[in-house]
Amino acid sequence: MALKKVKGNIERMFDKNLTDLVRGIRNNKENEAKYISQCMEDIKQELRQDNLTVKSNAVAKLTYLQMLGYDISWAGFNIIEVMSSSKFTLKRIGYLSASQSFHCDSELLMLTTNMIRKELNSQNPYESGLALTSLSCYISTDLARDLSNDILTLLSSTKPYIRKKAVLMMYKVFLKYPEALRPAFPRLKEKLEDPDPGVQSAAVNVVCELARKNPKNYLSLAPIFFKLMTTSTNNWMLIKIIKLFGALTPLEPRLGKKLIEPLTNLIHSTSAMSLLYECINTVIAVLISISSGMPNHAASIQLCVQKLRILIEDSDQNLKYLGLLAMSKILKTHPKSVQAHKDLILQCLEDKDESIRLRALDLLYGMVSKKNLMEIVKKLMVHMDKAEGTVYRDELLSKIILICSQNNYQFITNFEWYITVLVELAQMEFGSKQGHVIGAQLMDVCIRVQAIRSFAVAEMAQLLEVYTSTSQFTIMQEVLYAAAWLCGEFVSELQKPEDTLLSLLKYKILPQHIESVFIQNIIKIFASVMEKYELKEQYDDILRLCDLVTEKMSESIKSGELEVQERASTSLIIMKIVQEEISAKKTMGNTKILDSDEPLEGKSVMNPEATVAAELLSLFNGELNPVAPKAQKKVPVPEGLDLDAWINEPVEESDSESEPEFTENLFVKTDKGRNEKYQQEPTEDDIRRSREARKYEQQNNPHYLKGNSTESSNGNGREDIENIPVAELDLNVPLKVVGHKRSDKYLKTSTDKKKSKKKSKKKHRSESSSDENVQQEFTVEVKRDMELPEGATLSDSDSDHAHKDDPHRALDIDLDFTPPPGPNLISPIIISAANQNKRTIKLKKRRNTLRTSRRRKSPVRKRARRGERRAPVNIKKESLLVVDKENEEKGQTKIKKVKKEKKEKKKSKDKEGKSKSKKHGSRGYEEALGISTPSKEFQ
Amino acid sequence: MIKAILVFNNHGKPRLSKFYQYFPEDMQQQIIKETFQLVSKRDDNVCNFLEGGSLIGGSDYKLIYRHYATLYFVFYVDSSESELGILDLIQVFVETLDKCFENVCELDLIFHVDKVHYILNELVMGGMVLETNMTEILTRIEDQNKLEKQEAGIAAAPARAVSAVKNMNIPQQIKDIKLPDLPQAIKDLKF
Repeated sequence: MALKKVKGNIERMFDKNLTDLVRGIRNNKENEAKYISQCMEDIKQELRQDNLTVKSNAVAKLTYLQMLGYDISWAGFNIIEVMSSSKFTLKRIGYLSASQSFHCDSELLMLTTNMIRKELNSQNPYESGLALTSLSCYISTDLARDLSNDILTLLSSTKPYIRKKAVLMMYKVFLKYPEALRPAFPRLKEKLEDPDPGVQSAAVNVVCELARKNPKNYLSLAPIFFKLMTTSTNNWMLIKIIKLFGALTPLEPRLGKKLIEPLTNLIHSTSAMSLLYECINTVIAVLISISSGMPNHAASIQLCVQKLRILIEDSDQNLKYLGLLAMSKILKTHPKSVQAHKDLILQCLEDKDESIRLRALDLLYGMVSKKNLMEIVKKLMVHMDKAEGTVYRDELLSKIILICSQNNYQFITNFEWYITVLVELAQMEFGSKQGHVIGAQLMDVCIRVQAIRSFAVAEMAQLLEVYTSTSQFTIMQEVLYAAAWLCGEFVSELQKPEDTLLSLLKYKILPQHIESVFIQNIIKIFASVMEKYELKEQYDDILRLCDLVTEKMSESIKSGELEVQERASTSLIIMKIVQEEISAKKTMGNTKILDSDEPLEGKSVMNPEATVAAELLSLFNGELNPVAPKAQKKVPVPEGLDLDAWINEPVEESDSESEPEFTENLFVKTDKGRNEKYQQEPTEDDIRRSREARKYEQQNNPHYLKGNSTESSNGNGREDIENIPVAELDLNVPLKVVGHKRSDKYLKTSTDKKKSKKKSKKKHRSESSSDENVQQEFTVEVKRDMELPEGATLSDSDSDHAHKDDPHRALDIDLDFTPPPGPNLISPIIISAANQNKRTIKLKKRRNTLRTSRRRKSPVRKRARRGERRAPVNIKKESLLVVDKENEEKGQTKIKKVKKEKKEKKKSKDKEGKSKSKKHGSRGYEEALGISTPSKEFQ
Repeated sequence: MIKAILVFNNHGKPRLSKFYQYFPEDMQQQIIKETFQLVSKRDDNVCNFLEGGSLIGGSDYKLIYRHYATLYFVFYVDSSESELGILDLIQVFVETLDKCFENVCELDLIFHVDKVHYILNELVMGGMVLETNMTEILTRIEDQNKLEKQEAGIAAAPARAVSAVKNMNIPQQIKDIKLPDLPQAIKDLKF
């Protein structure tokens, strides 16, 4: 027995350790998976042993395998065993493995609470530090609640190493257990003035993160931060503080005014680029928030722009990137100062670095004017050809559309050019979403700009024709959607509507929403073509077209998609009616037996309003206007309508079960899955009850296809023709006449890309030279109005672009991540000061739930609300700031001296560093890693 | 906040992965793969910032990386971190590695990924920067290594002996042992 044990021990000594595993994997490159599965078996074997050393060895190997993508959650219990070892070495392995593989939803975490608590309170600082580090990766709500007090005690540990970690840990605790914030906040505030710079920096870090979620709670800390900013020399911390100020200034303009001076001083004095950059950023934020009323406002902007120009001109690509990034922030409020540097930005568009080009693109929309728009777009189109990554292409596309369409196409002088550009774009390859953008844009232009319709429609007809006639032609299908719709809607602008109709009829397999649009617009064009024929009494032609349409529709009616089916069947019925009417007319015409009501004269005198076509056309009557983006939301809820109330009391389960029976009657096609699901036979009573309930519901539901009408029209349509209320159709509508205004000179075949490219290039030249002519030729009028419900105004619908770069957007969107609102999040001062806090909290809660919908309330109202609550804080802070002023001035002079010395030292160091780092690429590997330049900014 | 720290080589093989937000293992691998594809096609003389990693975060997240010889060091950070600051942090990290491993090379990271983790844990904790002062970091690491050595003491002796034996690579050594050329030796024998 004893012998066996000894033998086992000896065997275990020859177990593979981590190094062996890694070596083994490297030696078995061909069958790595097989080798690893073999190792997994070994590891499982080892985990079954009692010896903790053996187990820890296994766990160490598992951690490595986790990095390679193997799930090791099954070993969670063993990991906990290793964590509980009394030896630091083993513990370390266990905690590392835990931090890599556990997450806050792991059920095993329940088991760790006491163990971690013991570890946190350990005498050895490294043991508690280890526990803190590991815990920070997988802390759960339960752990946060149970351990928050222990971590809070660690905040006053004697060892700065522990204090530092505990401070950072508190942030993780707050995230999971927001209730801890309120009691911990004063302690956290103390740590901002901790004697140890590391702890200070950690506390600043935590407050910065907290302030991202809810900045106004931390306004009260501004004086402390102000002091830190003017006294500290730790660049890392300064950066964080300055970033924090950037977040606070929008809430408190007075703070901004105070900041400008020290920040400008820092900008002038610092040698660290990172700090300089953050200073500029915050100055920009300040300037944006106070916008005017500052004595040397313009000077500060000028300073920022100048410094940024230096950054952009720098040979270091990183600085260039950041310079452009900051520029785009200025552009929003002070476009003129940025426009002065147009040359530089256009130059950056040519940069070989994609990140930089993307940033330059962002700036571009502020750079365009009527004069240079075409040129810029042409450049971008060239980029488009060269670009490889779809990300960059997509970005280019959306930027082209953005700069052209901004301010209701303010800068476009020639819309024909723009349509050509869009058509060219449509033939390039993009990500899946981009087709939709182009399509929407085409439709938007045509709806808003009346003058361009005929050109655009001709272009679209061309597209459709080429698409259906050749197979190699590539185009984005979403654009076909727009093309079909435009041809149908503005059919009067079509030159050869019949040809277009024929090419539309030849469509191939399309996504369902596009196919439905095709069907709908086939009917529209058909109606207009028919009118023409009917007036000329070419009944045979109409019948021929009818047959063509019917043929296609009877294909589409087999589609799996309901929408397509429905439209196809509607069209079929319409065709049937038309066919009958027309053949009736034809026989009448042939036999010359005319109704007494109709005039007896010749062909040409036929009353246009009495034609079948006119009736059909009246279906598509009226102009469609653009709808404002938020119109739907703005429709007021009528008084007395409660959208949350049940219309019917919810019917029990049997309702949904018996559903298939009904659908079977209503639709030809039934879902197989549904039928299978339907197994339980409901009792007679059940069926009756649910049927009644449903009938009632159907009657009230405007979207429901009424069973009767569908059935009858499907089944015996012939009888129903008489029932169709033909007479009620509105016939007073003026007839649409096929237009003759088309400018034939713009017609061109865009079959192959290159050809059209050349043409458009030519056009650029000719147009730019005769810009004025063009302008006079088209007195282009862009419709700016959009349909809105009565009483609503557009004023409060912000554009989405404005908010894209807002650093605090996360605050609004990440609702489940934000600690829930409540007393905890309001800083103690606010609570003590505001007696009415209960009401505020209620308000806040409601606001939070409504936040997503209300996010874009008018700024005025927002500010007003904020102002109410902030009032008590302001008073206190103001006095604090005054006291600080003296300190601040003393501090500054000191810093300046220190900095001068430092600066000189750094200069020489920097030079060394730069020359070395430049050689990195060419040098050997070991040398490259062995650079001994001290980190420039944190020493 | 830092969302993830990845180290991989020029072929995209992961050498270190640290996620401060939970992702399942297969997702982690996808992120590494995607990151590698994004980063590897960039020249060395372009900027060190990248947007457009689709798997982590969204528009608020940025990818900041440095390329050292055969290794890429990539940090995923959100907008609360200073871009240049993170670049310096990467530098500090690499220099610390260099001090700890004495002329660090990829092999060190391959065979001592655990130690690399311990070093990283002294720089970043739970996605927040813990310490940027290299001397402080080095003291902490050395202290903990000492602690391990003390514990090892006698207990680890057999294990160390075993690994020493293993490292000797006996089969190869046996092959390498040069025996005198026997036939020749026989011939040389003089009676």
